[in-house]
Amino acid sequence: MIFSLCLLLILIGLYGVVVSRQTLKIVISLLIMNHGVHLLLLLIGYREAGNPPIVDPAITITEFASSSVDPLPQALVLTSIVIGLGVLALMVALCVRLYERYGTFDVTEIRRLRG
Amino acid sequence: MTIDVQALMPMFVAVPLGLSLLIQLVARHRHVLAEALTILTLLLLTVMSYYSIGYSGVYHLGGWPTPVGIDMRLDALATLLLLIVSVVGLAVSLYSVDYMRRFTARSHFYSLFLLMVTGMNGVILTGDLFNLYVFLEVAAIASYSLVAFGCDHEELEASFKYIVLGSLSSALILTAVALVYGITGTLNLAHIAARIAETGRDTPLLLAFGLLIVGFSFKAALVPFHAWLPDAHPAAPAPVSAMLSGVLIKAIGIYVLARLAFNVFGIAENELSLLRWLGLLSMVAGGILATGQKDIKRLFAYSSISQVGFMVLGLGLGTPLGLVGGLYHMVNHALFKSLLFLNAGTIEYTTGTRQLKKLGGLNSKLPVTAATSLIGSMSIAGIPPFSGFWSKLIIVLACIESGHYGFATAAVLVSIVTLAYQLKVQRMAFFAALPDALKGLQREPPMMALAMILLATGCIALAFAVLTGLRDPWLVGAAAQVLTAGTFGG
Repeated sequence: MIFSLCLLLILIGLYGVVVSRQTLKIVISLLIMNHGVHLLLLLIGYREAGNPPIVDPAITITEFASSSVDPLPQALVLTSIVIGLGVLALMVALCVRLYERYGTFDVTEIRRLRG
Repeated sequence: MTIDVQALMPMFVAVPLGLSLLIQLVARHRHVLAEALTILTLLLLTVMSYYSIGYSGVYHLGGWPTPVGIDMRLDALATLLLLIVSVVGLAVSLYSVDYMRRFTARSHFYSLFLLMVTGMNGVILTGDLFNLYVFLEVAAIASYSLVAFGCDHEELEASFKYIVLGSLSSALILTAVALVYGITGTLNLAHIAARIAETGRDTPLLLAFGLLIVGFSFKAALVPFHAWLPDAHPAAPAPVSAMLSGVLIKAIGIYVLARLAFNVFGIAENELSLLRWLGLLSMVAGGILATGQKDIKRLFAYSSISQVGFMVLGLGLGTPLGLVGGLYHMVNHALFKSLLFLNAGTIEYTTGTRQLKKLGGLNSKLPVTAATSLIGSMSIAGIPPFSGFWSKLIIVLACIESGHYGFATAAVLVSIVTLAYQLKVQRMAFFAALPDALKGLQREPPMMALAMILLATGCIALAFAVLTGLRDPWLVGAAAQVLTAGTFGG
């Protein structure tokens, strides 16, 4: 159920990328899509009523592994968010520069390249 | 003196990464220093990749054992790719010295260029699926900004298109990485392969594999996913176009596709046939669209799509000979397409136009460009005895050998189309009458000439790779064996 909500988020993002005419809206749609993926990645490591992944000396390592949530996807998501921030900064910078050159955010008017 | 190749492996990533930051620190306003550092770095990388020929092994980053830490894997296929990246990168960095003079902020160009090399080397060497995604993004972000480097209307538009489609495909790839981790519980490529060999491939895994094929088809610009390439590659400065078309689409597209399909997931017949059809579609559509182009760089960009189709067709046959053909064509294409883009850059640099109609008679004014471009054109068109002829011959033979006569016919026909559009370029740019506007043309600057001669020599030298046998060309045969050997786990 919750996985299909992630999929929904990804599809909303995809829909936005395909139908938006404004460059900034495309950027936002990509952001939504990316966050859908991040959520999916987080959910894969999730365990209902699991412990935080901090080693407790009182319990054995196997017990710990079977009770805590998986910390690896959290680290992956953190990395991916940083990458996403870099791409986002570049995309917004491009949008600003495009606005300076073409005087519009409308992608149907930004089309010198074709064929 | 013996060099420990194992210790060299992380250097393939660390050296260009460190240098790209160092250039920003010490050479921000000293362009000559930035140029010298870049050329030296690429020279070092070329030597390092030459030393690692014949070596294969696994390096554990930070000394952590395999499931805990990140692995780097070096084998014949990775060495081949490293060699292409370094050699083309070296030629391109030599070429940039003269070409980039008319741009401002050149030190940023060299930093981004080295970052792109870092990303590609990382993708080639990594043995970890998420690490692969990270390096992929490093290479991709550097290339997005390099495409927009001129900051003019076309560059920005092309870069925006590229970044939107690039991020879309990266999101698909990340989804697939998440699924693979959820299903197999590991990110190490060898462990994933072992787990898949153990448990078989269930539906979620097939979904992940499908997402990876689509994601990397975007990166490799196979035909239904190619829309960004004909804009992005011509818009970039010529050295970057050469790097993008010559190396990037292969290192982060075809190489990863082949590696994941053959070594990790273990490709089945219906997936092979999907690759064949993708290849055929790219080959035909790219070739037909290339013939109609008036802009010389755009023509070469469409031609890249078409040639990528040849490689994927070769890989999609799945037979040892097909893999050899696909990889051999990949190496050849890296050299002749980057050469052709550098030629186009020289034409643009000296005449100020890329429109074929405004050009003509350049072989009297730009002798080095004309000669090297003839070598490049004949190679790509598959005229014997140039290198492109041998790789296309191997692909066609592999098609016939495995009973795909239709694909073989298509490959031959597309080669003829290739010859047609290359002859069009030769005739309109180099042989027709010299227009009055170009009478006072200067010769090409020496560093540009040097870079083009280097690549042209490489093109000719590659033709001799078949001397060791059609089924086992020098270096390529060993690389193909890595793929035919099956998955890491099996």
